[in-house]
This record gives sequence, structure tokens and C-alpha cells, in this order.
Amino acid sequence: MLPASAVVPSKFRLTQDMFMEKLIWLIPILPLLGFFILGLGASKLSKGLAGIVGCATILIAFALSLGLAGSVFASGKLEQTLFNWVSSGAWTVDFGFLVDPLSLIMMLVITGVGALIHIYSTGYMHDDERHNYFFAYLNLFVFFMLLLVMSNNYLLLFAGWEGVGLCSYLLIGFWFKVDEYNEAAKKAFVMNRIGDLGFLLGLFLILVNFGTLNYDGVFDSTVLSQISVGTLTVITLLFIVGAAGKSAQIPLYTWLPDAMAGPTPVSALIHAATMVTAGIYLTIRSHALFDLAPISMEVLTYLGLATSIFAATIGLKQNDIKKVLAYSTVSQLGLMFFALGMGAYVAAFFHLVTHAFFKALLFLGAGSVIHGLGGEQDIRKMGALRKVLPITYIVFLIGTLAIAGIPPFAGFVSKDQILLAAYEKSPLLFALGVFASLLTVFYMFRMFFLVFYGQNRVNHDTLHHAHESPLSMTLPLGILAGLSVIGGILNWPSLMGGGDWLQHTLSGVLGTPEGAEHAHAISASTEWTLMAIVVALVVVVIGLAYSIYVNRNTVPVEDEAEEGFGRVLSHKYFVDELYAALFVKPTQAISEWFGRIVDPKILDGAINGIGQSILTMGSVLKNIQQGAVGLYLFVFAVGIIILLALQILF
Amino acid sequence: MENIFNVVPLEHFVLLSLALFCIGMVGVLLRRNMIVVFMSIELMLNAVNLLAVAFSAHRGDSSGQVFVFFVMVVAAAEVALGLAILVMIYRNVKSVDINALKQLKW
Amino acid sequence: MDQVLFYALAAIAIISAVITIVARNAMYSVLSLVVTFFTLAGLYLLLNAEFVAVVHIIVYAGAIMVLFLFVVMMLNLNTTNSIVTNTTTNKVMAGLAGLAMAGILGYASWTTVLPAASNTAATDIGSVKVLGKMLFNEYLLPFELTSVLLIATMVGVIVLTKKEE
Repeated sequence: MLPASAVVPSKFRLTQDMFMEKLIWLIPILPLLGFFILGLGASKLSKGLAGIVGCATILIAFALSLGLAGSVFASGKLEQTLFNWVSSGAWTVDFGFLVDPLSLIMMLVITGVGALIHIYSTGYMHDDERHNYFFAYLNLFVFFMLLLVMSNNYLLLFAGWEGVGLCSYLLIGFWFKVDEYNEAAKKAFVMNRIGDLGFLLGLFLILVNFGTLNYDGVFDSTVLSQISVGTLTVITLLFIVGAAGKSAQIPLYTWLPDAMAGPTPVSALIHAATMVTAGIYLTIRSHALFDLAPISMEVLTYLGLATSIFAATIGLKQNDIKKVLAYSTVSQLGLMFFALGMGAYVAAFFHLVTHAFFKALLFLGAGSVIHGLGGEQDIRKMGALRKVLPITYIVFLIGTLAIAGIPPFAGFVSKDQILLAAYEKSPLLFALGVFASLLTVFYMFRMFFLVFYGQNRVNHDTLHHAHESPLSMTLPLGILAGLSVIGGILNWPSLMGGGDWLQHTLSGVLGTPEGAEHAHAISASTEWTLMAIVVALVVVVIGLAYSIYVNRNTVPVEDEAEEGFGRVLSHKYFVDELYAALFVKPTQAISEWFGRIVDPKILDGAINGIGQSILTMGSVLKNIQQGAVGLYLFVFAVGIIILLALQILF
Repeated sequence: MENIFNVVPLEHFVLLSLALFCIGMVGVLLRRNMIVVFMSIELMLNAVNLLAVAFSAHRGDSSGQVFVFFVMVVAAAEVALGLAILVMIYRNVKSVDINALKQLKW
Repeated sequence: MDQVLFYALAAIAIISAVITIVARNAMYSVLSLVVTFFTLAGLYLLLNAEFVAVVHIIVYAGAIMVLFLFVVMMLNLNTTNSIVTNTTTNKVMAGLAGLAMAGILGYASWTTVLPAASNTAATDIGSVKVLGKMLFNEYLLPFELTSVLLIATMVGVIVLTKKEE
């Protein structure tokens, strides 16, 4: 692959660099502007105009990010500081941007996939009465997410981190008239907050130990060498807590399936492609800290692996089309954490990008199915839809093949690199990773066959009205499908003739020397063998799913009829019930107790008590002024005695 | 007359004055009749007068006696006014009880 | 002789003072106070303060006590139905205050070293001539001011007791 510097002639590039560098701030500001215009003018703008404004801001941001690409990939990084934000004694924090290859690729994913989802939403949310607010919130989300990835210090990252949590809440509970959705939004926000607490504690520790929150102050190797490993371990473990909250790992994952209450474009953008990847981004950005804390890396590995397998098993028994995809997201994020824990940052990031493509595709495809069937989401009530929704069928197939890991689709390339990194660590980890992947293949194809093949179980009226989605929805689907097919070239392995482009580009960010990535611990022939084994197993599992769900036309039973381990799985291992009993109910009981006893009796009592005591004191003191002359004389005499005593005795 | 201090030490004069003063003070605090309170005040003033004269004689300085003179003038003025006020109070509340004017009570 | 006189006068003074504050009938109080004043006059004479003694009798026994008597008679305070007594607590408090004062002052007088007697004391320092000289020379201003005081008092009394027409 050609380096970018060869594409643009050098004399043009210099002026272009300086010009583009000044426009860095526009990239996040445009969506913010979009938010204000759409938010303030929501009642006045027509739906068409609002859709255009909402999509335009993101598209222009995407174009600007592309424009920066050339100079960033050539020169390493661009920086821009807008203004000094916090200045407290020796500690200062700027509102500054850092655009290096890592953040630039994130920006491209956010604005690119984001733009496609915006265009999709013009079709999907067309009939919604709060259509304009939807675009306002989406734009606000993109602003915060860009802030998160573009910041050059942890504080601005945290601001973006919190902001995306807020937008997630707003968008999950978008149809706020349904109570259930509000509960889901609250759950997402509260669980995010728990993670944020860990993250914040980590930030405090960094500030105490490093004295600064700027990246160049924290990632300085001379400074890092003076910090004890124990401190770094604690900091990174706290970061893991924050990442687990944001990226839905055990034990803070239960909000993601419930978040499917939001409109499907929200699930695609926030809960597949961008917000949930913030945890991964944070870890890669802080790799300098994690590299020095091996215990945290171990934690990441096993946490990711456990989450991946756990969520995949739950997915086997889910019957809502979006819930299957939600658990699949949790599982894939687990895989990414698994990769991070083993030090395979490039593999994890590559999987992040490809996952954004095919998961967004799958969610939007699911949205297309739901839209076409007028709102039906239970896959037991679908079937044989490939004739009714042909375009959706094709893109969904592409997405499913990508996530399963069939070559040459994008998912294969990225997942394979993760599994290879696992094999380098230990064959057992490799086997477990393969097991998680196979589970993924099975439940994804289970869903695919139940929706598009088999007997038609759709409700008669719904079938009558079923229709393929409009162009505004199918166009983004097509583009994402294309990306899922060719996305692998971003880091096509040298083994198979590619140039490891992503690895080269990120080597500057990760600090790995240029030649190091070519030195693999395992030989080329072992790599080919492992790849072949994995692909073969995948094909076997697809065949198994086909035979169960197409040939034998098995339909999952009603929820109440599940028994044994299947029942445990379909009830998600009863984790929600466990959390409710352990945390939610006691907290509610304490709150109720506070509201009943502490607030009115103790707090109000104290305040009123002060007032009452003053009144009482007044009514006692007023006796002095009644005009009792005898008392006055007595006090007079006593005063004189005291004064004399003081005078004489001292 | 010869010097009294040859036979009676100065301390006894002081003691007598002190006794009269304290008796007067008890009278002020003890009685509820305004007239008696006034008279007790006069008693206290006179105790002080005695002390001043005793010291004046002891030290051979007339200033003490001049001060006694002034004290008497002030006492006279005070009694005049005090009794006038007392008469006015009596005209209003028909009583010379010092607690009779306890009308500031709410 | 003088010694006996002193102690006798002192005893009478204290007894009549006690009667003053204790007597129920206001008239008795007034009269016993007059007795006290006379004893005090005697004590002044013992101290060679003739002028003060005489002025004492004229002003106190002759004018002030007469005023008291006028008021007592006018307001009929010598009748039994106008006797008001204090509560027991108040009596006890008064007694305690008095004892406290006595204690303080007694302690003060006990520990104070009195100056030595002046041997060159002229026996006529209490005479009218010497007092007059001092009064009109060193203490002229206060002397004049007392006349102002008396005028003010007179005016005050008249204004206070004027009946409103």
C-alpha cells in the first residue's frame, strides 16, 4: 500500500497541512452546531430539512477527517490547542486536540459510519413525531464521541466519556412514553456511572502520581519509570472498571441488551460501532500504562474471554432479533478485551474497526426487517423473508458471514489475528477463543435462518403489508456491506501477501519498532494450519445450524416452555434478578427509609429545631424585660459583687 | 479632743462602715416597699460618708470631708427627685410596691 | 472614754440600721433611720469633724428624713394594709448577696495595708475655717456645680409633680 506522502506532491502538502491543521477544531464543532440548530429549531424545521442538516454536519466532518488523513499518516500527528481550560496552581489542562493515526481512524469510523447511520435514520425515523430531536441528539452524540477520541488529555476524554453516556441515556429513552424504555435508559446510565467512578478514581491517582493529565506528561517514559508497578496496576485496574462499564463487560454488561429499547439506528451507532468502543480506545491510548502492569493485562485477558463466552451462550437462546445482536456485541467486545489483554493492540483495534462495519450493518439490517414487518421483533414470528425483503436478505447474509469469520470478509481477517495472538500466548486460550467464535457462528446463523429461511410464520396482516425498505435505508446498508467485504485490506496480513498497513500506521502510536511486527513467535506453516482449522470448524457449525433450523424447521419454543439449562440461558443466567436482589432493592429500601425518616424527621427537625430553639430562648429571655425592678436591683448588686471580686482577687 | 485613733484603730471604723454598707445593701434587695429601698440607699451613702471622714481624720487631709459635703448635696437632690417620682408612681398605680410596674410583661 | 463612746455609738448605729430594713411599718423604718443618723453625727464629732457633723444633722435628719416622713404620711404608708412582703427565695437571695458583699469587702479590708497615721495631724482640720478655705479654693468649681445641680433638681421635681390641667 502506498504511503500517503507519495500521493500528494510535497509543495502542495505543506500548505495543505497548515491549512487543514487549523481546521481540526471544526470537526467536533460541526456536529455540536448541528445539535444547537436542530435542538433549538426542532419545532420549526421540516423533517426533510432537519435530516439534511443532521447528515450534512457529519458528512462535512468526515470529509475534513479525510483531508487530515494525508498529513497525519505521513507526519505522525497533528495537534491543536483551542484554549486553556483549567489552570489550578501547577496543574493546567488545555482544551486541546491530538490527531494521530489512532484517533484519526477512530474519527473516520465515527463520522463515516455515523454519516451512514444518519442517512439511514432519515428513512427509519421518517414517521416519528420527534424526528428532529432524534437528529439533534445523534449530532450531540457524535460531538461528544469526537471529543473523546480527539482530546490530548484525560480530562477532555472524560468529558466526552460522560457526554456519550448522557446521549446514550437520551437516545435509549427516546420513546419516553413507554415506562420500560425509561427504565432501560436509567439502567444504562447508572451502570455507566459505576464504571465512571472507577475511571475517575484512576484519574485522581494519575493526577496525584504524575501531576498532570496530559497524554505527553503521563506517557513520558522517564516519568513512568519512576512510578511503582503497584500504583500503575491500581490505576489500570480502575481504568478497566471504567472500560467495563462503558464497553459492557462482566459485571457491568446488563445494560446493553436492555438498551435495545432505543430505536435501531441508536443501537447501531452507539451500542455497536462507537460508544461501546470507547473502553477499547481508552486502553489502547493508555497502552504505556498497561504495558507496565502485567497483572492488569491478565485481568483484561480473562475478563474479556469470560465475557465473550458467557454472552455467546446467552445469545443461543434469545428470540428478539435485536437482543441476539446485543449479546453478540458484548461477546465481540469481550474478544477485543481478550486481545488487548494479550498485548495484541493492533489486532484488537482492527477488530474494532471491522466490527463497527459489520455490526452496524447487522443492526441496520435488523432495523430494515423490523421496519418492513411494521414493528415485529420476535424471530419466531418471522421466516422465509428472503423473497419479501431481498436487499435486506443479501446485506444481512454478508454481515453474518463477516461476523462468522468466513474469508475473505473483514471479520475473518481481524478475528483470525486475535486468535493467532492467543495461540502465541497459550494453546488453551486459543481453544477457548475458538470456542467463543464458534458459539457466535452458531447463534448468528440460527437467527439468520429463522428470519430468512424456513416456513413462513409471519402474522398474516403483517405479511400483507411487508415491504422492502426505501433507498435512504438500503443505500447505507449497501455501503456497509461493501466495507464488510473489503474491510480486511486495512491490515491484510503479510502472510497472505498484504502489507500489514494498520500495524505500520499504529506503530508510531504504540511505540513498537518498525521491524518488530514481522517477528512472529509461530511459523508461517503453523499459521496457515490454524487458519484452515478455524475456517473448517466454522463451516461445520454453519452446516449444523442449517440442518437444525432449515432442514428440520426447528422453531424455538415459547419462553415459558423452556426447561433445564435452556431455561437458565433464555433467562440470561438470572443475572438481572441477582442484581435486583443484591443492589437495586436494598438501595431502594435505603432511599425509602431516608425519605420517610431521615429527611422529614432528622434534617427538617434539625432546621426547625434551630428555629424552635430561638423562639424558646426568646420567650425565656423576654422575662428579663418585664419591669420587675426588684430583679434589676438584684442583678445590679450581683454585678457589682462580681466586679469587685474580680478587682480585689485578681 | 484628742486623737480618737489612739484608742480606736482605723480598722474598726472601716469595719463599722462596711457593716452599715452591707446592711443597707441587704435592705435594698430585701424590701419591696419603695420608701424602705430609698432609705436603705441613704444608709449605704452614709456608710461611705463615715469611711471618708474617718480616713480624712486619720490622714489629716480635709479633702475627705469636702467630698462628704458633696455627697450630701447629691444625696439630697436624689432624694428629692426620687420621692417626687415615687409620688407620681403612687398617683398612677396606687401602690409603692417596686414590682407594681411589671406591666411590660407580654 | 472616747473608746466607750465609739463602741456604744457603733452598736446603736448597727441596731437601728437593722431595724430600718426590717421594720414592717414604714414609719418605724424612718424613725430608726433618724436614730442612725444621729449616731453617725456623734461618730463624726469623735473624729473632730464638727462641720460635717452639724451639716449632717441639718441636711439628713432635718431635711431628708422630714421629706421621707412627709411622703409616708401623705401616702398613708404607715397603715397595715399597705405592707407588702417579699418571697422567701428573694429574701434568701438578698441575704446571700449581702453576705457575699460583706465577704468581699471584708477580705479587701483585711488584706489592705492601711497607711500610718499622720502624726502632724492638726486637730482643726474639721473646723469650718479650714474646710471653708479648702472648699472655696481648691473645690470651687464642684461647689458651684452643686448649686446648678440643686436648681436642676428643683426644676425637675416641680415639673414632675405638676398636676395636668
